Amino acid sequence: MNKKSSRKVLRHLLLIIVSFIMLYPILWMFFSSFKPDTEIFSTSSLWPETWTLEHYLSGFGNDAPMNFGPMFFYSFLVSVVVVIGTVLSSTLTGFAFARLHFTPRRFFIGFMFATMMLPAQVVMIPQYIIFHKVGWVNTFIPLMLPSFLGTVPFFIYLMVQFVRGIPKELDEAALIDGCSKWRLYRSVILPLSQPAIVTMSIFAFYWTWNDFFGQLIYLSNPELYTVSLGLSMFMTNMGETQWGNLFAMSILSVIPVFIIFLVFQRYLVEGIATHGLKG
Amino acid sequence: MEAPVQVIETKRKQNQNKDPKKRRSRLETPLQRNLTAYGFLAPWLIGMLFLTVGSMMFTFYLAFTDYDLLTSPTWTGMDNFSNIWSDANFWDSIRATLVYVVLSVPARLIASLLIALLLFKEVRGIGLYRALIYLPSLIGGSVGVSIGWKKLFATDGPINSFVGIFGVEGPNWIGNPSTAIMVLILLSVWQFGSEMVIFLAGLKQIPTYLYEAATIDGASRIKSFFSVTLPMLSPIVFFNLLMGTISSFMVFTQVYIITGGGPMNSTLFYVYYLYQQAFTYYNMGYAAALSIILLVIIAAFSGFIFLTSKYWVNYDV
Repeated sequence: MNKKSSRKVLRHLLLIIVSFIMLYPILWMFFSSFKPDTEIFSTSSLWPETWTLEHYLSGFGNDAPMNFGPMFFYSFLVSVVVVIGTVLSSTLTGFAFARLHFTPRRFFIGFMFATMMLPAQVVMIPQYIIFHKVGWVNTFIPLMLPSFLGTVPFFIYLMVQFVRGIPKELDEAALIDGCSKWRLYRSVILPLSQPAIVTMSIFAFYWTWNDFFGQLIYLSNPELYTVSLGLSMFMTNMGETQWGNLFAMSILSVIPVFIIFLVFQRYLVEGIATHGLKG
Repeated sequence: MEAPVQVIETKRKQNQNKDPKKRRSRLETPLQRNLTAYGFLAPWLIGMLFLTVGSMMFTFYLAFTDYDLLTSPTWTGMDNFSNIWSDANFWDSIRATLVYVVLSVPARLIASLLIALLLFKEVRGIGLYRALIYLPSLIGGSVGVSIGWKKLFATDGPINSFVGIFGVEGPNWIGNPSTAIMVLILLSVWQFGSEMVIFLAGLKQIPTYLYEAATIDGASRIKSFFSVTLPMLSPIVFFNLLMGTISSFMVFTQVYIITGGGPMNSTLFYVYYLYQQAFTYYNMGYAAALSIILLVIIAAFSGFIFLTSKYWVNYDV
C-alpha cells in the first residue's frame, strides 16, 4: 500500500470512530428500547438478545400508564402551526426590510438585530403574565401566537439576507409592469425565496418540536401534554421502573426530526453555512 | 447558529446605505410608501411592541415589586435586588453557570474546529459522515435525548460498564456534585454540530493560494494551521464564541431532566433557578429581577468578547 492510500484508510478509520462515538448514545437508546426491561442494564452489549416491541406498544392505548398518541398529535399540531406562522410573518417582514423604503428603516432593522441577542428569559415572565391574564394558559395559543408576530429575529434575518440576493431588476420589471408591492411579494419574491422558506420551516419545526420550556410553563393540564412534557412527566412519575418504555417513546420523539433531517439534509446544513455567514 | 454575524452585517449595511433615498419612486408619495411598508411590517410591529418592548418594560417594573400572580404587584423598591445579593442559591447558580460556560464553550469550540478539519477534505462518503456527526446536535436539546443521557451515566449505565472493562469502578456521575456538572458539559460538547458546520463553511472560503504560499515558505502543516487557517477563521471563532456563550447561559432542558439542579446545587444553572422562582414558587417580581441580572451578565460577557475581538479577530483577506 502506498503512502497516499494508507492515509486515506486512516482518515476513513478516524471518521468511522468519531461517527460511532457520536452515535453511540442514540444507538444505545435505540437498541435498548427493543430489549426486555431485565436486559437493558444487565448486558453491556448493544444488540438485544431477545427483541420485543412491547415498549413501543405500551406507550399507546387507553390502558397505558400514559397514552402518547394524543401527545404526538399535539406536538405535531403546534409545530405545524408555528411553521405556518413563522413563514408568514418572517417573509412579510423580511421582504419589507430588504425591499421597501420607510422611515425609520435603519432604526427598525437595527432594533431587529439587537433583539437577536436578547435572552428570551427577559421577556418570558411578562409574556406569561399577559397570557395568564387573558386566560390562555393551558391552551396552545401562547405557544403558537408569537410565531405569527415575527418574534424570532433569526428567521427574519435569514429572509432579509436571502431577498437581498434576488436581483433588484426583477422588482423593477414587475413594478414597471404595474405590479403592486403586494403582488411583487406574492408573485415574485415569495416563489423565488423557496430555499430560505424551506430552511426556516425546518428550523421552526424542530425548535418547536424539541421545545420544552414553553410547553412546561404554559401547559399544566395533562390532557394537553405534548411529547416533551409527556416524556418528562413519565420519567418523574414512573420512569425509574420503566426505562424500556421511556426509551421507546424517546426514540419515537426524535423520529420526526430525524426524517426531516434525512429528507432536507442538504438544505439544512447549507442553510446554516451560507445564510449564517455570507454577508 | 441561531443568529448571524453582527459584524459582517454592519459592514454590509455601510455599503448599502448609499442608495435608498435616491431611488424614490415617482408614483408614490413618502406617506403612501410608509403605509405600504407598515402594512407588511404590521405583524412584526405588533409583536415587537407587545412581546418584546412592552414585555421588557414590564420586566423592569416587576423587578421592583412583589408579585405572586394572584394579588396585584406591590412596589418594594430595591428589595428584590438586595435579597438576591444575600441569596445563597443565587450565588450557587452563578457559580454553577460560570463553571459550565467557561468549560463547555471552549471545549465545544475546539471539538467543532477539530472535527470540521477532519470533515473538510472530500473523501468518499463524506456527506454521510457529516450528516451522522451533525445528527446529535439536531436532537440533543430534546427531552428524549436528555433522558437517554441521564441513563447513559447512571451507576449501572453503559459508561460505567465500559470503564468496568478496565477494572475501574465508575463513579456515581449524577449523584456526585463534582461529576454531575461534567455530565451536562459532555452533553453540550456532544452537540457541536452547528458550530462545526459554520467552521466548515469558513474553511471552504480560505483561498488555497495562502496554503501554497505557506508551503513554499517552508511551513509545516501545523505551522500553516496556526498562521493561515486560524487567523482566517478568526471571525468565525468570534461568532461561534459569542453565540455559544449566550446559548450556554440559557441551558435549561438538560438540567431539568438530568440533574434537577442537584446534587447540592452543583448544577443549579441560572435559568433553572429563575424558572423555579417564577413557576414553582411564583415569585414573579424576584424572578424578573433575576432575569434583569441575567441580561446584564450576558451583555457584560458579549461586550467583553466584542472588546477583545479587535486584538484577535482578523478581517483582512
